[in-house]
Amino acid sequence: MSDDIIVVDDLHKYFGHVQAVKGVDLRLKRGEVVLIVGPSGSGKSTVLRCINHLETPTSGGIYIDGVHLEDKKTNINEVRAEVGMVFQQFNLFPHLTVLQNVTIAQEKVRKRSKAEAEKIAMEQLQRVGIPEKAAAYPRQLSGGQQQRVAIARLLAMQPKIMLFDEPTSALDPEMIKEVLDVMLDLAKAGMTMVVVTHEMGFAKAAADRVVFMDDGQIVEIGPPDQIFGTPKHERTQLFLSKILAH
Amino acid sequence: MAGPDIQIPDITWRDNWREFPFWLVAIFAFLIVMAILVFTDPDIREAFLFIIPGIQITLYITLAGFAIALVLGLLAGLGRISSNAVVRNIAITYVEFIRGVPTLVLILTLAFVLVPAVSNSFGVDNRNVSIELRAILSLSIIYGAFLAEIFRAGIESISKGQMEAARSLGMNYRQSMQFIILPQAVRNISPALGNDFIAMLKDSSLASVLAVRELTQRARLYAGSTFRFPESYLVLTFCYLTMTIALSLLLRWYEQRLGKDSR
Repeated sequence: MSDDIIVVDDLHKYFGHVQAVKGVDLRLKRGEVVLIVGPSGSGKSTVLRCINHLETPTSGGIYIDGVHLEDKKTNINEVRAEVGMVFQQFNLFPHLTVLQNVTIAQEKVRKRSKAEAEKIAMEQLQRVGIPEKAAAYPRQLSGGQQQRVAIARLLAMQPKIMLFDEPTSALDPEMIKEVLDVMLDLAKAGMTMVVVTHEMGFAKAAADRVVFMDDGQIVEIGPPDQIFGTPKHERTQLFLSKILAH
Repeated sequence: MAGPDIQIPDITWRDNWREFPFWLVAIFAFLIVMAILVFTDPDIREAFLFIIPGIQITLYITLAGFAIALVLGLLAGLGRISSNAVVRNIAITYVEFIRGVPTLVLILTLAFVLVPAVSNSFGVDNRNVSIELRAILSLSIIYGAFLAEIFRAGIESISKGQMEAARSLGMNYRQSMQFIILPQAVRNISPALGNDFIAMLKDSSLASVLAVRELTQRARLYAGSTFRFPESYLVLTFCYLTMTIALSLLLRWYEQRLGKDSR
């Protein structure tokens, strides 16, 4: 499988009779940062959710580091521990403290001791800049802080890949930057990332490639300069004119 | 032109008046009158002293039955939302069957049909299965079905994102349920579980049809042998109301604390 860490092979996904994804092919090299943009309902989140098997493809295959996810012999939990997902709504566990949010999967999945998990958790909270909130509960945090905890929770699992599903869409404008800064650091550190977002600043600063999707298909792929500067397709131009207008 | 004198209306008195729990005063008045009668009226005291030992069996049946019902309810509730069609249909059959038959009829059927059938199939003479155990099993099977619906609603009240976040961190279904979903669900449904505990305490009186010597059966025995019906049943009412009011006040207090905590 060469050094492609993610291979999406002719992915199709139906929800009932509605086809959300119509034959998507995508390959990512280790350390690559790929942005997926497109209008809502274009299937970009569905592709992302298929990559860590939160959705099961109707047909086609997903390979993570050469492991075929749809294979019945694949232990999906082992793969998921390597593929982290950041959600639009953060999805922190409200009944656990920030520290417990970051340690629970380490203890239950990675089988680390409590002390070791807490040590790693504090390192990651340091990395995202909120170690002082370790004892707080998620509801006591701002949206930006919650999303950074969600990122620390993933980093503590030491994943090979991180997926971001509109990570800043639910945030107030003044909090977007603090989350994007953390993501930029990750990109610089060589994390393989697939990001669904409309943050053009992040795209220009960190993305190796930008994928434009519409109506369940990839319309065009290219470096950010080309997609945002000189898009080839009319649909891309139309979409970009709408989101860049304001 | 001088502005009108602004008078801040003193509405706190009226609000307090409206909020005052007169119902509780009325119920406490009944309980206090009954308590005084127990001490002063020899007939009522005699009835009370005969009936009250039954409280031990009433509480035993309720606590043991509720403990088993919690386990059954959790299993059936998880079964109700299972993606496995066989498991789901077994759980739904159980819940709908129980909910479709009156509690009294179920107690008779479970105690005199199901328990003998099961004990015989295990080679145990059903005469060795005590009536207390039959009452406990009957009540727990009945309340297991009610609690299953509470557990199901509790689990479904937790946003799907919680399960997705847990699964995407590599936790399996059981771990995600145990450490992420259920702790939140149980907290949400704890008031409903408390209400069903109180309901079960009251329904334990139906065990009297099995001749279990709990409060109600003792009251019936006393009334039947002395013909002091008013004394017997007033004392019996007094016993249940004391317990249920105490429990529901405890539950209200707990709910308020729960509300404060989550703010």
